[in-house]
Amino acid sequence: MAGFMAGIIPVNALADTAPGFVWRLRDGDGPGATALRPCGPDVMVNMSVWEDLESLRDFVYRNGPHLDFMRRRRSWFHPMAVPYLVLWWVPAGHIPGLDEALSRLDMLRREGPGSAAFTFRDPYPAPAVEGAGLPGS
Amino acid sequence: MTEISVIAVLDDPVRRRLYDYVAAQGSGVSRTEAAAAAGIGRTLAAFHLDRLAEAGLVEVTFARPGGRSGPGAGRPAKLYRRAVAEHEVSVPPRDYRAAAELLAEVVDVTGAEPELQRAARSRGAAAGRAARQRSPALPDGDLVTGALSAQGYQPYRDGGDVRLRNCPFHLLADRHPPLICGMNLALLEGLLSGAAVTGLSARLDPRPGECCVVVEDSKNNVD
Repeated sequence: MAGFMAGIIPVNALADTAPGFVWRLRDGDGPGATALRPCGPDVMVNMSVWEDLESLRDFVYRNGPHLDFMRRRRSWFHPMAVPYLVLWWVPAGHIPGLDEALSRLDMLRREGPGSAAFTFRDPYPAPAVEGAGLPGS
Repeated sequence: MTEISVIAVLDDPVRRRLYDYVAAQGSGVSRTEAAAAAGIGRTLAAFHLDRLAEAGLVEVTFARPGGRSGPGAGRPAKLYRRAVAEHEVSVPPRDYRAAAELLAEVVDVTGAEPELQRAARSRGAAAGRAARQRSPALPDGDLVTGALSAQGYQPYRDGGDVRLRNCPFHLLADRHPPLICGMNLALLEGLLSGAAVTGLSARLDPRPGECCVVVEDSKNNVD
């Protein structure tokens, strides 16, 4: 895990200045969220809010250093047979909590992608109501 | 138009040269520039470019040269660039993409990525060795751009670096980015090592609309 942990600070710093970034989950004063284990000791979680789906996609998959970490993930993480990444829209200004996130992931696992919980491969647009907008993940 | 009619539009050497030139540029190209590149007159170029546009192989935009605007700024130039849509014909019908999608999903879920990267590196190295055997005296830069061109990457020079205009795995990479970009990087690392190229190395560095890998001058690589 040393390689992964060594990347936490620089990659999170890249996220903080990426276009469209709004907020990310942290475990107290640490640089990231690696100490949080709501899904058991063997599962790390991570959550962030972005202005739109394209900004998030650009950071996750089109930012050189972050993509390089994604490319090497099998050095550090076992594959999961169930979906481990979920996207959903939140109202502007809303900071999602872990319970909310886990319930959206559960929705995705039970029902497949839908407007309340979706994926990059099967995205859904922001709901058309005033004040809506930002995807969490 | 049927797919086969679209592709048939390219079955003319002059038109093909025009298309290849337009497709290889990073931004819109004027009729004048395309004509010069293809070695033909502007009227003939306009005729061919319009056929390409009708078929949806190139897209037309209008831009004012030099960023001028307002009355008196000059008539906007008609610019051509490669269209985004893919076109494919296979006879008899083949659907390798459906198989690729399934295989990608399985590699993703079972975590066989390291094996995929090893296999890709090995395959890339074989291509590199073959390229070197064909042209033993060619300088590294030319050997590499030649091999990349033959594999459809559409390389172009950017200072000491080689950038790649096209991703040969585009739709698959869009759906499985770390898997396919990782595979792609391994293919290109293999190519460089198989061709015994020193002074150039491959690295992930996506640019909008381009392939995720840059082949860069290792001497300038500062960490």
